[in-house]
Amino acid sequence: MRIEKCWFCSSSVYPGHGIMFVRNDCKTFRFCRSKCHKHFKMKHNPRKLKWTKAYRRARGKEMVVDSTFNFEKKRLTPTRYNRNLMVKTVRAMQIVERIRQVRKERFHKARLAAQLRKRQTSAQKEIAKSAHLLEGPNKEKALLYQKEFAGSTKAKSRQKVKVEKTGSGSMEVE
Amino acid sequence: MYRFKDIQTIPTAKQLVDIVLSKTQRKTPTVVHPGFKITRIRSFYMRKVKFCQTSYSEKLSKILEEFPKIDDIHPFYADLCNVLYDRDHYKLALGQVNACKKVVDGIAKEYVKMMKFADSLYKCKMLKRAALGRMSTAVKKLQGALSFLEEVRQHLGRLPAINPATRTLILTGYPNVGKSSFMNIVTNANVDVQQYAFTTKSLFIGHLDHNYVKWQVIDTPGILDHPLEDRNSIEMTAITALAHLPAAVLFFVDISEHCGFSLATQVALYHSIKPLFKNRPLLIILNKTDIRKVDELSAEEKQLLDSMKEVDAGGEVSFFETSCTKKQGVDDALQKGCELLLEKRVDQKVKTGKADQFRSRLHVTSVTPPASRPPCIPASVQQARGGAEPEEAKEPLERDRMEELGGAGVYSVDLWRRALLEDPSWKYDMVPEIMDGHNILDFVDPDIDNTIARLEKEEELLNAEASLGDDDQVIRQYKKTQHVLDEVHSRMRQKRVERRLEKSKNGLPKLRKNQKKGEEVEEQLNSLGYDGAKVRGRSASKKRGTSLLRKRKHDVAAGGEEEAQSAARGRSRSRKNSVMAEETSQFVEKKRRKTMRLHTKKGHKGEADRWIPDLKPKHLYSGKRGIGKTDRR
Repeated sequence: MRIEKCWFCSSSVYPGHGIMFVRNDCKTFRFCRSKCHKHFKMKHNPRKLKWTKAYRRARGKEMVVDSTFNFEKKRLTPTRYNRNLMVKTVRAMQIVERIRQVRKERFHKARLAAQLRKRQTSAQKEIAKSAHLLEGPNKEKALLYQKEFAGSTKAKSRQKVKVEKTGSGSMEVE
Repeated sequence: MYRFKDIQTIPTAKQLVDIVLSKTQRKTPTVVHPGFKITRIRSFYMRKVKFCQTSYSEKLSKILEEFPKIDDIHPFYADLCNVLYDRDHYKLALGQVNACKKVVDGIAKEYVKMMKFADSLYKCKMLKRAALGRMSTAVKKLQGALSFLEEVRQHLGRLPAINPATRTLILTGYPNVGKSSFMNIVTNANVDVQQYAFTTKSLFIGHLDHNYVKWQVIDTPGILDHPLEDRNSIEMTAITALAHLPAAVLFFVDISEHCGFSLATQVALYHSIKPLFKNRPLLIILNKTDIRKVDELSAEEKQLLDSMKEVDAGGEVSFFETSCTKKQGVDDALQKGCELLLEKRVDQKVKTGKADQFRSRLHVTSVTPPASRPPCIPASVQQARGGAEPEEAKEPLERDRMEELGGAGVYSVDLWRRALLEDPSWKYDMVPEIMDGHNILDFVDPDIDNTIARLEKEEELLNAEASLGDDDQVIRQYKKTQHVLDEVHSRMRQKRVERRLEKSKNGLPKLRKNQKKGEEVEEQLNSLGYDGAKVRGRSASKKRGTSLLRKRKHDVAAGGEEEAQSAARGRSRSRKNSVMAEETSQFVEKKRRKTMRLHTKKGHKGEADRWIPDLKPKHLYSGKRGIGKTDRR
């Protein structure tokens, strides 16, 4: 008994579930449910469908390179049964899982932080712009931001310049 | 090997002409009219001429190709052809064929050139006729050559398939000496054996197996003792074979002189042919010993035989006494002959260097067999002989175990019973295969301790690194700005709502004087005795909690007649006038809000906005059909 991976969405296929398709060149494709199977038959590229792991990994939304992935390999040569080794393996699996979770968290945080860093400045600018709407402590913050961006806002550069009227009222080119 | 049988039949000259002319007629277009364009007529007739020429050319060149070129084939065959067909005649015939081919080409070329200048159908036709006629006469003159070549072809096809390169034995001697009978004994061939001389008139070939390998044995017609020039073609074939084939020679001598020739003549023949035996292993076979034994020979005859023994360099002579009728001594002679030839061939190969290939592949082992190598007698045989029982105790078979433990359907094989594990107590462990969505077998690794230790170290380092970073801080900071941003957005939304309300309704412009300011409304309410601050909503206070809803509720409780602009119409007056406790009014309010939420979600205006579907429309469930059945409604 093994848990296989669905070829399309990379989710786990438990025994008794899904469909396996064998092609004429002896390549097998396992699918977890008919949704994936139908997409495959329509020749859709999993890298283009947002809900698949292939998409997420291709776009860098999930970590791809990590030493925890090296633990789980399909072993081709069977090893002789050894109880101690089995016990160690089970314990090791739990450790690896824990560490993997921690690393995932870290990865996601890092990704989020990277995005938020970019958004922070634009958010602050927006607040500075609509400082007149706010009241209270928020307003103070807004005014702070205004001061920060005092030198760089466009409004400043588009200040209206009053044209001084000449005595005759018409512009004469000299 | 040359495949003389594959040469195609050569037609006579007349036949050849007929074939080609009829082909020309069939395979080229046949219809032409004087009304056609002259170019078309010309091309029509030119095509016929060219077609005829190419057909002749093809057929003649085929003949030239298929016949063997005497200069290119093995000298044995070359000589044989010469002997049988006369080399000069053969070459002449082929030369004539070649010449004819060239002539035909020339004729065709000439007439095609002339046809270019013909300007009527009649002229073209006459030219074509002339061309074909001339070509055919040229070919007709080949009659003699073609018939000769046909004879040669037939004879060549019947030649025995002698491979000049493999192991061969040649049988020679005077006629009627016993060569063919020897051949019959030794090989599968069935050669004619008769009392008269010259029974064998051509070369015969037989095959025998010796040393797991095939040998050729060539039976030759008898040779008489006269000089080479006087020899007839039959003898010449024998001589050619002797001259060109690298084979072991078995010279037959009839001791009994029953062949009709005395021993002296036979020995004389031997001496005259001796130069042909150069470099060939030679066996002298004293045949017909059943009639007269060697010991019975007179002294002179023995002397003659001894004279044969004299050998010049390059050959070995051995004497064998045989009797073909009684089949005595034949095997020995054969053995010796084959041996000698094989030795010679091996020597040759070593000399020329062909043996080097094999030498590198041969390897003589240095394994010495052990001192004691007792015979291996299986236990059953020992038992049968009444010997001691084999020592090993018979282990109970799995099948017996099955019978003991309940039979075929009940017993299930215990696969782990014979398992070789480090600790046999582990045999019947229940091992899980899947845990936490992973396969346990994928993680099994004898080196797992080290890898885990490495992983943990790595994790520590990463942790340390992460604590130095500012990701958390950034996230927290952004959360705060998010709050402010949210407030900004909601205030902007409210502004938008207010703006929309300010727009004119029903075409009437919203006059500024009709717009009441929030402060004014507040003052009014205050004067009436209500809490006017709640009207102002956000602009008065920070709290977002003040909803229009609460304002309404307040109005109702106070019994005010003012209704908010967006109040629900469908509320009963009774609730307005009744005096309810705070709790009940809250309860009522909650219920109302719940139902309202459901309605707004569905897009209903209110309670009364409902859709009652017509589940059984009359037009589908009644009436006869114009076409079709009505048993399914």
